[in-house]
Amino acid sequence: MELIIAAMIGLLTCCGVFLILRARTFAVMLGLTMLSYAVNLFIFVSGGLTAGAGAVLGKTSAYADPLPQALVLTAIVIGFAMTAFLVVLAIRARAELGNDHVDGQQPQEPR
Amino acid sequence: MLNHLAILPILVPVVTAALLLLPYFSAHQTARRVLSATGFGLTLVIALALALQVQSGGQVYLLGDWPAPFGIVLVADRLSATFVVLSTVLMIGGWLYGCGRDDTQEPFFLALLHFLLMGVNGAFLTGDLFNLFVFFEVLLISSYGLLIHGGGKNRIRAAMHYVLLNLIGSALFLLALALLYSQLGSLQISDMGLRIAALSESQQWIVQSAAGLLLIVFGLKAAMLPFHFWLPSAYKQASPVVACVFAMMTKVGIYSLLRVFTTLFSSDAGQLAGFGQSGLVIAGLLTIAIAVVVLLASADLRSLVAALVLMSSGTLLSLVGVGTISTDSALLYYAVHSTLATGAMFLLVDIIATQRGNLGDRIARGRRMQHQVATGWAFAFLALAIIGMPPLSGFIGKILLLQSVTGSSWQFAFWAMLLVASLLVLIVLSRAGSSIFWRLLPGKPAVNPVSIWQWAGLTWLLASLLALVFAAEPLLQYFSAASAEFSLPLRHVKGA
Repeated sequence: MELIIAAMIGLLTCCGVFLILRARTFAVMLGLTMLSYAVNLFIFVSGGLTAGAGAVLGKTSAYADPLPQALVLTAIVIGFAMTAFLVVLAIRARAELGNDHVDGQQPQEPR
Repeated sequence: MLNHLAILPILVPVVTAALLLLPYFSAHQTARRVLSATGFGLTLVIALALALQVQSGGQVYLLGDWPAPFGIVLVADRLSATFVVLSTVLMIGGWLYGCGRDDTQEPFFLALLHFLLMGVNGAFLTGDLFNLFVFFEVLLISSYGLLIHGGGKNRIRAAMHYVLLNLIGSALFLLALALLYSQLGSLQISDMGLRIAALSESQQWIVQSAAGLLLIVFGLKAAMLPFHFWLPSAYKQASPVVACVFAMMTKVGIYSLLRVFTTLFSSDAGQLAGFGQSGLVIAGLLTIAIAVVVLLASADLRSLVAALVLMSSGTLLSLVGVGTISTDSALLYYAVHSTLATGAMFLLVDIIATQRGNLGDRIARGRRMQHQVATGWAFAFLALAIIGMPPLSGFIGKILLLQSVTGSSWQFAFWAMLLVASLLVLIVLSRAGSSIFWRLLPGKPAVNPVSIWQWAGLTWLLASLLALVFAAEPLLQYFSAASAEFSLPLRHVKGA
């Protein structure tokens, strides 16, 4: 299970970084979302991977670390708010600047 | 009541901001101003009371009364109280100035300022690394809103870079947090400091990489050399009030470095003691160098002041790296001075630009200004303070800096860099001042009224700079006690 989770986080980060480097606002937005998914998964497993264990004491004999679950919840909520803001900013930038490059202007074609 | 003093600098701004969002206040300008004046005034009084109260020892405030290290804690000691007072004073200056113009343009401007104050104060007061992240996000989302305040192409372009960089920074911060939690099993800063000495060799590698990530995140906030690209354009494009209060933002990065790295990698941390210190000194000195280049290349006053912010940030970063008690107290004095001075300079530049009409803040000859004499004296005052000429606070700050690194291995590099940079600031500011104020074109002054609020904001900040000179002795005692206090590792857990 560790290998699958680690590979998943790696793949998501990889796609996220690739998309961010595309330097177009929509791609960058998707990239940041993927990166934050990767980060959220990473926080989630930082308390160790346990199967079939409860998060509340007294319900099961084995229990999982509840703190990363609380942390990841906070991180998800904040991530949503930030993405929402970024969407609005990107739309505004597209309207004001007339293109969707993050620098606000089309890059010069290399000769 | 007094036991709850530590949380009030966070609560008062957030309540004020929430009230300011109500339709009644967005429709009534006077009510809005009275409310935000009450909010700022109350926060200032509380911050000062807190600063006096912590003289009898730091406080650990347990939120919800959960025992440390399991619950979330706020830590109020001299260091955090100093920065809370500083941020409140600066925000009041920006607020007074903003009442003249920004507030009339946009009813939610004041609410955003209060949210920013809440985030900044929270970042200074929290004793928990995850809450540091949360407060970072609070202050960032308010700063995003403030940065695009007023609109316009260039502002949107600068904001895009600022927002994207900070979002990536937040992702890295979370990665670092998760790595640290997985190895240390705690996110309370002082508790982490206790556990770090007991790590095995293989765990130390992971903690080191997490600390490297944290260095990047805080360096991004403080505009440390490879991550400084956002600062000049953001500060140049932001509206003047926003640029003024943003003078605080780089200090949040400096404070976090100071708090987190001093506690985590104290002399008790075994192998990891002093992690990243020499890297910080080098990065700080190089930041000063790049700031000098930006300074010499700037054709208008806004980018000139942005370069000065970058320079003070570099100076502070290298001092954090040297990291002795005497450098830390010099650092505190210089941080307070440079924040207020650069903040005031941003306001003054806008007063100049307002009066000169189309010419704006470009360093070029123009006609006489309407309030030529008052503006000129204010410029001379601030320029002297920033360069570090006696008898103003910059002089005291720079003497302290130079003295405090004496005997360390970085002494000569630091002295050379700081003195050469100061000389160049002197040259650049004299050139700018003389071409704006002395080499006048003939003709009647243009009539572009400067509102009384704008003068009030500037005067408030200038008065606080003067207070910094007159109260230098007690303040320095306070600061050296502060640095002795927070350099003592692990005090908070024991105090709890």
